[in-house]
Amino acid sequence: MTAEAISEGRTSGDFWDGVRLSMPVVVASAPFAVLFGAIAVDNGFSVLEAFLMSAMIYGGASQMVGIELFGQHVAPWLIVLSIFAVNFRHVLYSAGIGRRIAHWPVLQQAAGYFILTDPQFAIAEARAESGRPVGFIWYLGLGLPVYLFWVVESGLGAVFGKMIPDTHALGIDFLLPIYFLGLVLGFRKRPLWAPVVAASAVASIIAYRTVGSPWHVSIGALAGVLLAVILPPHHSGVGKRP
Amino acid sequence: MSTTFWIILAGAVATYLTRVGGHLVISRFETIHPRVEAGLNAVPAAVLTTLVAPELLHAGPAEWAALIVTVLVSLRGGLMAMFLAGAAVLILARQFVG
Repeated sequence: MTAEAISEGRTSGDFWDGVRLSMPVVVASAPFAVLFGAIAVDNGFSVLEAFLMSAMIYGGASQMVGIELFGQHVAPWLIVLSIFAVNFRHVLYSAGIGRRIAHWPVLQQAAGYFILTDPQFAIAEARAESGRPVGFIWYLGLGLPVYLFWVVESGLGAVFGKMIPDTHALGIDFLLPIYFLGLVLGFRKRPLWAPVVAASAVASIIAYRTVGSPWHVSIGALAGVLLAVILPPHHSGVGKRP
Repeated sequence: MSTTFWIILAGAVATYLTRVGGHLVISRFETIHPRVEAGLNAVPAAVLTTLVAPELLHAGPAEWAALIVTVLVSLRGGLMAMFLAGAAVLILARQFVG
């Protein structure tokens, strides 16, 4: 790993590098933050509670599932278990990114894991792969805008939710799949990319049809990861990595 | 404190455990076996694919058009270009095919 230059200018440059990469994420997640706030209030949350849920859990899909179950008066422990199930994929992110940020001080690592969302992981992995260091300041530049906009927009959605226009015509329900597809394509130069994507796609669709959501995410992900583990190492290119 | 507050707090703890848990398990091992490393390298494509693939089951013409354009743009452009092109095609197509 190259030595990190910690001069003043370099550090703030790293921060703004991260901020620039965060912008598509801020745009793609904004409608969901507002939508979450609106749905939360509709399901019996106060504005403060909607705001708190976004600030403390900070995981869009799990918040939507939690609020939906809350509105149906499901038992509290089952709501928490469902949030855990939806977020279970982060275990894999955590195992993957740990290799990149193990050199940070412990408190910085603790904060880093708190904001470890799908795009945060994907973009940090892509940076590590390109051979550049994943520094705390850069990581914060990437994650902080997304977090702040997410929390504030959730609150705005909770206050002004009733004024949201036709979400279907605006394509809001399909923006995240497009964004995630873009992230998947960004990793296409990795060894085993095509077989891993194929295995995960097929397994997640079968699991979605049989076991149901949200387990299709964990099952599909494990299928792709297991394939990479099982195939002989000379296919996965691990030995050749610097 | 209300029940709602406790649900949020417990949900937050459960979520943080998933975000830190994988690292806590992996860091117990001194060295990482090449096969485990290959598995970890497959994580981004594997997980993100599962967030897209099931959407294909309900995708109509507008959604397919958006995804195809996203793939085409990815051959030349970066993430922002991909996303904006896909989103533009989606919104435009939905005005016509719903």
